[in-house]
Amino acid sequence: MADSAWVPNLAAAAPTATVVPRHRAAVRVTHWIIAICFLALLVSGGEIVVSHPRFYWGESGNVNTPPLFQLPIPASRAIVPTGYGYVLPDQNGWSRSLHFQAAWAVVLAGLLYGVFGLWTRHFRNNLFPAGADLRWVKLQVVIANHVHFRPPGDDEARSYNVLQRLAYSGVVFLLFPLMIWTGLAMSPAVVSVFPGIVTVLGGHQSARTIHFFCTLSLVLFLLIHVVMVGLAGFRNRMRAMITGHAESSKEQA
Amino acid sequence: MSEISRRKLITTGIAATAGVSGLAVAARMAERYGLIPPDPGGLYGPGKTLTYAAQRLLTQNSMAREFSRSQISQPPFANPVSSRGKEFDRLQAGGFADWRLTVEGMVARPASLSLAVLKTYPSSSQITQLVCEEGWSYVAEWIGVPLSHILERVGALPQARFVVYVSSQDGWDGSIDMADALHPQTILTYGMNGGDLSVGCGGPLRMRIPRQLGYKSVKFINRVIVTDNLKQFPAEGSYSWYAGI
Repeated sequence: MADSAWVPNLAAAAPTATVVPRHRAAVRVTHWIIAICFLALLVSGGEIVVSHPRFYWGESGNVNTPPLFQLPIPASRAIVPTGYGYVLPDQNGWSRSLHFQAAWAVVLAGLLYGVFGLWTRHFRNNLFPAGADLRWVKLQVVIANHVHFRPPGDDEARSYNVLQRLAYSGVVFLLFPLMIWTGLAMSPAVVSVFPGIVTVLGGHQSARTIHFFCTLSLVLFLLIHVVMVGLAGFRNRMRAMITGHAESSKEQA
Repeated sequence: MSEISRRKLITTGIAATAGVSGLAVAARMAERYGLIPPDPGGLYGPGKTLTYAAQRLLTQNSMAREFSRSQISQPPFANPVSSRGKEFDRLQAGGFADWRLTVEGMVARPASLSLAVLKTYPSSSQITQLVCEEGWSYVAEWIGVPLSHILERVGALPQARFVVYVSSQDGWDGSIDMADALHPQTILTYGMNGGDLSVGCGGPLRMRIPRQLGYKSVKFINRVIVTDNLKQFPAEGSYSWYAGI
């Protein structure tokens, strides 16, 4: 390092922050549309669940049927036995309207993102983990880095590591599609056209229960995602997802 | 640099113009093919309209799922109803002998039908699931008269666009478009699981629309109005008019 300072041409390359392109516009725009819609879906979905915080498996379920499990929360309907001495206000009208409008926005933004991802090979290049990185020896290193809260290296300001790739791929290709599928499987009109999408899940109530567990998984992802962004450098990561450019502390080659 | 931004400006302009005119054409087509619900305005209008349009296109010939007798939920479930009014109580005390269903509006022959008369009409039965927007559901056998049969009998006029059905329970009126009104599974039910439809489950007459959520399957129906607009009928609170989802 010290030697290189003697070479006049390299003087300019001393440790300094440079700005590198990070996220393309299509990724940023769809990211924020889906982020806002997810929060709307979460709030409105929570409101809807409150009207019947019991979950069942199979085709049908109601207060006359033993539940698979029941959330330990009060309900917005007096008929539901909750053990609480009061009933919450009914907010289902606007909640349902907001839920489905936000769901439409997620589906449309998701389609845009999907077309972009295939067209630009974004998925292949940036999202799918490389086969070699999935080997346990390599995974161990990345996991150890995370466990010991080692700050990410400079390469990670420009590209996702294998754990990020696994998490993002899971959210994009597994959880969101399953969420939309189980949501549609609860629609009596949609299943009148495609009955298979609900029967394959075991029935209407199974679809609802899976929808709920997908929500829990996505909330868990969101919490970890936000914490990791904070640990990796909140300002820089937010800047990258908003402006498209990240600061990279480029060191000498 | 200025060359690039000019090019960008032009392409963005073309894309925006194409987008706006595309939307305008789509709106006119949607209007023409009956893909706009009666509640397309407000903050949630776009979502409601997208759902209605998509599901109207999808469900043109679809039938709600039917189940086997062994899948019937025992006992059936219904949310309790506090009051149906004094008039209903009087009719119930008389075993609904004086009860009538009136069919009016844009029809050639308005009618007032007793339960006995309704039961002489060709009956239809279905084992379908009632799905409540709250999240619960149950499977039951429903027996009754297809609404399409009654509409045919009273001579619904060709310009009819909606059927409104009025409940003895205050504030629980409902309405559907002709696609659902003429659907073979849309029935006015007087029987359930082999017996009479109990008052607890919406008797003596309950609308059953199995391709929509439970809140469209209104209980205690005593009036059916055929109309070409819903302006004089109040909306169902903040709930979406179309409940296929």
